[in-house]
Amino acid sequence: MNDRFQEAGSTDATTTVAEGRTPPLDTAALRRRFPVLDQEVHGHRLAYLDSAASSQKPDVVIDAVRDYYLRDHANVHRGAHTLAVRATDRYEEARRRMARFAGAGRADEIVFTRSTTESINLVAAAWGRANLGPGDIVLVTEMEHHSNLVPWQLACEAAGAGIQAVRMTDRGELDMDDLDRRLAEGRVRLVATAHVSNALGTLHPVEEIARRARGAGALYLVDGAQAAPQMPFDVRAIGCDFYAFSGHKMCGPTGIGVLWGRKELLDAMPPYQGGGEMIEEVRIERSTYARVPHKFEAGTPHIAGAIGLAAAADFLDKVGRDRIHAHERRIAGLALARLADEFPRIRLHGPDPGTPRAGVVSFTLADIHPHDLATILDHEGVAIRAGHHCCQPLMRRLGVAATARASFYLYNDEDDLDALVRGLHRAEEIFGVG
Amino acid sequence: MLESIFRELILDHYRRPKNKGALDDPTVTVSMRNPLCGDEIELMLGIENDRVAEVRFRGQGCSISQASASMMTEALAGRSLDDALALERRFLDLMHGDEEAQRDRALGDLQALQGVAKLPVRIKCALLGWNALDEAIRAHRASDRGLMGERLEFDDMTADVPEAAPPEGFDPEAHKEELPG
Repeated sequence: MNDRFQEAGSTDATTTVAEGRTPPLDTAALRRRFPVLDQEVHGHRLAYLDSAASSQKPDVVIDAVRDYYLRDHANVHRGAHTLAVRATDRYEEARRRMARFAGAGRADEIVFTRSTTESINLVAAAWGRANLGPGDIVLVTEMEHHSNLVPWQLACEAAGAGIQAVRMTDRGELDMDDLDRRLAEGRVRLVATAHVSNALGTLHPVEEIARRARGAGALYLVDGAQAAPQMPFDVRAIGCDFYAFSGHKMCGPTGIGVLWGRKELLDAMPPYQGGGEMIEEVRIERSTYARVPHKFEAGTPHIAGAIGLAAAADFLDKVGRDRIHAHERRIAGLALARLADEFPRIRLHGPDPGTPRAGVVSFTLADIHPHDLATILDHEGVAIRAGHHCCQPLMRRLGVAATARASFYLYNDEDDLDALVRGLHRAEEIFGVG
Repeated sequence: MLESIFRELILDHYRRPKNKGALDDPTVTVSMRNPLCGDEIELMLGIENDRVAEVRFRGQGCSISQASASMMTEALAGRSLDDALALERRFLDLMHGDEEAQRDRALGDLQALQGVAKLPVRIKCALLGWNALDEAIRAHRASDRGLMGERLEFDDMTADVPEAAPPEGFDPEAHKEELPG
């Protein structure tokens, strides 16, 4: 079985984004691939600007899931009958596909989970249980999503370890000097940061963070939930130790996620959950465990989700992740410029215009509460997110209770931006803000 | 539609809330937070002879949560606790689109919030202050009976929100056969 895993090979995705040299996306054609977008909301063409929370699904992903249930479904592994063999083959093929997608060298470094959140919890619980102790530090950042903060709090509390956060600059970027200072104390066992900030769209210098963490003898976990959908990445080129991402933000189904971890680390970690699939031999008092990745996949996995996720990876690579990223940067740049231009009382959060970023635009407008903005925009057919974006420490740092967030993806075009601008003018009108 | 929700009067209360601040010596203080959106209300009641003698609130959040709390404090002043609970029930009726409640003058400025009934996801915003009131009265009565000590501070309590009405035009009877069980 292990030999088969090694066939995964390397990815041909590049880690550097060829900015400006890529042909633009045909958003109109792409939009047609997403059936859900073909509808009106409150009498307006739907402008779906909430993909950072969850992306919509293209026809090929919906078909892949449907096709699997129509033809091949059975429980995976151990089954001797034809459907069980087919389901197992498709599930394990999806694993190899995701290894290529992430730039992993081996498919057995890919663990299927429920989500980014579960991937991080797995590492925090299993690695933390075996490796964290009193006096140790887990280093996160002020900008982390709660899912890359709370699991570490739980692990640290159980181990008597401490948790610290790297500071953010006023421009919404990581303070790399602060990272160095904290690493220099020599107590940091693991660094955990996002690849791309979900609330601000900041791209973090993950290769550089990996280099500095390694230099300080610390492991590095990257939360790739926002990066995986929209840019090429290669876990080996980054030089991190763990990389977590979700299916549903990258055109795949909900309920499926990926944890990539270096083989020797996964091998050494104790199991996360116990149950079927993850065992070798079971006795009443104790058991031996399956090898990775199955050691970490207790119970019947989300087989259809994994197959749908592999279809989503095919779809994204066919479109071209470098092109998707260039498109996001371009449309986010347009959005920032127009919002700054047309709304004198807007406050734009995050990196300065012109700096590399994802298609996330976070803002507050005059004294209109973000929830009220979201309600008004919804009536104009525009779906945005309002609130703390699961980043309460970041909101405190920005001095706001909540922000409005418009996130652009491969199917969003300038018509969507126009709709956002129109909706915001309508909000100004209703609230008497000029 | 939107103008019927974000009425002038609501924006007035949002920007110039009534009874905003703190009481020096409140009989009971309750903090409520909507953990999903982060809206917060801290309600302080001065209760004398089973009446709301004084009321103040602090908080932050959307126009609907803050305006509703402001209007509620105006409507509460001088009411007996039983009367205050009756007003709360009337306001709940209003949030469920009850036509009789829509004609009830006792609700005063609160009538301006009736459009919120059309936005099921925002009803919880309008109810945040009222949930604090309900908790405050319950706690006060419990402490009067010596059940819960003298001064009560509730923090970060999850608002107890009634279930949203089914979407307009959805008739559960018509779907009965399709539903399992």
